[in-house]
Amino acid sequence: MTPPAWLDRFCEWLKVTPFSVALQSAEWVVPAVQTVHILAIGAVVGSGLMITLRALGLVASEQTLAAFSTRTLRVIWWALPVLLVTGILMISAEPARSLENAAFALKMGLLVVSILVNLGYQAPLKRHPEFWDRSAGRRRASQTIAIVSFLLWVGVVFSGRWIAYVQPS
Amino acid sequence: MNLDSLLHGLRETAFATAIRESASLFPWIESVHVLAVSLVIGTIGIIELRLIGLTSLNRPVSRVLRDTLPCTWIAFAVAIISGFLLFASNAPTYAHNTFFLSKLVLLFLAGLNAFGFHTLIERSIARWDSAARTPLPARLSGVFSVVMWIGIVICGRWVGFTLVPTP
Repeated sequence: MTPPAWLDRFCEWLKVTPFSVALQSAEWVVPAVQTVHILAIGAVVGSGLMITLRALGLVASEQTLAAFSTRTLRVIWWALPVLLVTGILMISAEPARSLENAAFALKMGLLVVSILVNLGYQAPLKRHPEFWDRSAGRRRASQTIAIVSFLLWVGVVFSGRWIAYVQPS
Repeated sequence: MNLDSLLHGLRETAFATAIRESASLFPWIESVHVLAVSLVIGTIGIIELRLIGLTSLNRPVSRVLRDTLPCTWIAFAVAIISGFLLFASNAPTYAHNTFFLSKLVLLFLAGLNAFGFHTLIERSIARWDSAARTPLPARLSGVFSVVMWIGIVICGRWVGFTLVPTP
């Protein structure tokens, strides 16, 4: 699939902006930004795993699912802006490498789904902390969503690493 | 048998050759490695931030340890195995990379710190388990661990940018 002409033009334009040129001029910038990005990813997948394990009833059983997941999700909401900023820096340094990359598109798709799943999972807990515990069916749904949510983060990490290997189209 | 011939021998093993010559094996294993390292960092962060006194203050340290540490160990095992496979695919080259060697040193120091925490500091845990403010050695051990793991990620990322093939 060839990228649309406007995307090509955007990448060509971005690549020669003073900001992008500055990012490219120092060799340490990209690995440094990637390091911060991976540390923030660590915060997201670590917290995501704990929420999944809590939903499965394996950890923190002394706390309600609502209390535990709200507190733990806060880490994810803090890490996401860091990921956004470092991500934009990486795109600015090498626009076509990611913007015209199928692995990047997949990563963004999985990210959006993951955020929507998390918001959808949390929304009923705000008004009814017991929402996911009210029936056996809801408990099963809650566990399934928790596992799917974690697998989505795994997909985000995997497709993120594959950006380095998939050739931009 | 010296170290260099051992490293070359490792590079020529069937599995190392397969990883080196396949177009997709290395990225797949690397993806597993990045995921595992992220999970180690993420879960160890939960423990260290509790020790330092920044998060999970409403939970006893022992509960945080019991809930989180098994995840850290499993992720760590996966990181070591996947890391070894990546290393084997080009053992001599990695072994001559300063950042790779620094990563191993930091990993060793992090391990030493964890050993020290579990054998010395954790012994008195009953006295400060539920306290928001843990004893100074526990807090220092937490800070040291965070610094080591950030260093490990820095070195790991720099390995990818500084590999020079060794004959």
